Amino acid sequence: MLRLSSITKNFGGLQVLQDLSLVIPGRGIFGLIGPNGAGKTTVFNLITGLTAPTSGNIEFRGQSLTGLPPHRVTRCGVARTFQNIRIFKEMTLAENVLVAMGRQDRYSALHVLWPSARLRAAQQWERAHATELLAKVGLADQASILAGKLSYGEQRRLEIARALATGPKLLLLDEPAAGMNGAEKQQLMQEIVKLEESGLSILIIEHDMRFVMGLCWHIAVLNFGRLIARGTPDEIRANPAVVEAYLGEERAEDGAPVQSLL
Amino acid sequence: MEWLETFWATYSTLVLSIGTNVLLALSIYLTLACGLLTVANAAFMGIGAYTAALLSLHSGLPFHLSLLMGALLPAAVALLLGPPTLRLSGVYLAMATLAFGEIVRIFLLNAEGLTGGALGLNGIPQHSQWFDVALAVSAALYVLLRFASSQIGRTLAAICQDETATELMGLNVRAYKLFAFVLGAALAGLAGGLNAHFTFFISPNEYGFDRGVEILAMGVLGGTGSPWGAVIGGVLITLLPELLRGLGNYRPLINGVILIVIILYSPKGIWDLTRFLPRRTAVN
Repeated sequence: MLRLSSITKNFGGLQVLQDLSLVIPGRGIFGLIGPNGAGKTTVFNLITGLTAPTSGNIEFRGQSLTGLPPHRVTRCGVARTFQNIRIFKEMTLAENVLVAMGRQDRYSALHVLWPSARLRAAQQWERAHATELLAKVGLADQASILAGKLSYGEQRRLEIARALATGPKLLLLDEPAAGMNGAEKQQLMQEIVKLEESGLSILIIEHDMRFVMGLCWHIAVLNFGRLIARGTPDEIRANPAVVEAYLGEERAEDGAPVQSLL
Repeated sequence: MEWLETFWATYSTLVLSIGTNVLLALSIYLTLACGLLTVANAAFMGIGAYTAALLSLHSGLPFHLSLLMGALLPAAVALLLGPPTLRLSGVYLAMATLAFGEIVRIFLLNAEGLTGGALGLNGIPQHSQWFDVALAVSAALYVLLRFASSQIGRTLAAICQDETATELMGLNVRAYKLFAFVLGAALAGLAGGLNAHFTFFISPNEYGFDRGVEILAMGVLGGTGSPWGAVIGGVLITLLPELLRGLGNYRPLINGVILIVIILYSPKGIWDLTRFLPRRTAVN
């Protein structure tokens, strides 16, 4: 469904990504891992049109995304969350989701001018749909509070609901479990599995190895902008290049070497 | 009804000014609501005023058509000016629109054959009746209130909070910004046209930097959380100097102090204070 072909990205003299090729099928949960600075978020920025690749091509469902502005990429069916949470803090949860549903409006700017039955029906549908999306991430009961008041983990889940509101086929999650406690992570894993079952393809960047290994069907490993490995979680765990890339560089939060987690 | 006639004879200009100032405040509200700091509204007002006045003076066009042209021409100018300037943000956007305002003022000053130059335009027929102004204000307010409570209002607020995130929600941020800018220009032009038709006389300096700052003050003071904020700002900035008339020479000083105090205690404008009011229960 998503195909990155020999993507190279330079920032000035710095080669952030070198000859990256990657295919994401139409269904499944996929992981993109690698040490800090490996270029993972850059991959997301390239896919979503926030930056343009120096060379190479990005294709989604047979259409080239290269050079499209971000809002057009989203309309093609790619949605994402952000490593540094970017919810609309001064809006309610419902409003956050409603904003993202904008493209699915069943009325135009002119319809807004008169409170017709049709407009009311459309707005009612919108609110119901927004509540439904919030329910998917377990936030429906807080729909009318301000998003800024949510806890860190809740804000990340709100971002997922908001991304879903754009009606995606492919969901890109940038460190969705960061800042969550164990119970929250467990809940999030279940939610992500459910999302996949509803017909989505999901690509996850995540540093929590237990989370990635427990969730992903396939994993790609980036190091210094190069793809050094890809395979099932078991294959990745056993891959010497991956172990080398992580050893001495990266430690899990509890201080244990990552190797033990791999 | 004699008192009413006396009142109107004394205060008609003030009342009509409140109306046109509310229109101006609504025009800047649109761009402030999506986080754009533009100060071109005074220039759009000027373009509208000169367009409508010149049409009234030199063509047989009915008054309301002249007004319409006075709203459409600034909107067309905004449509051309928007795409290059709205790429900028913050202070840079303010600078660019400020420069545009100066260009308009200097053009009006120097195109003597058309605009009468520094002498301005004299003898503009006083066509603006109270109901013209009232109708314009109510219509503009109605439309903006409907927008504010819809997807359009939500999108503008989202752009104000996080442009990138809004864009990634599949919303064309540039198009929304341009929409706000152009509609704002039309409202400012309409205010200019109405204003010119009750002040009898207009000159380029009325549409310079001072006016731009005044419009901005109305928008910021009232608050950008709702079109009602703009109404409050427009009314307050027009009335305050009149209410303080008794203070004689101290008037501008006290006027300024009051504005500073308001902004200090409610930085998001007066409308923001409504969040302390008991809220109606939420949707559903």
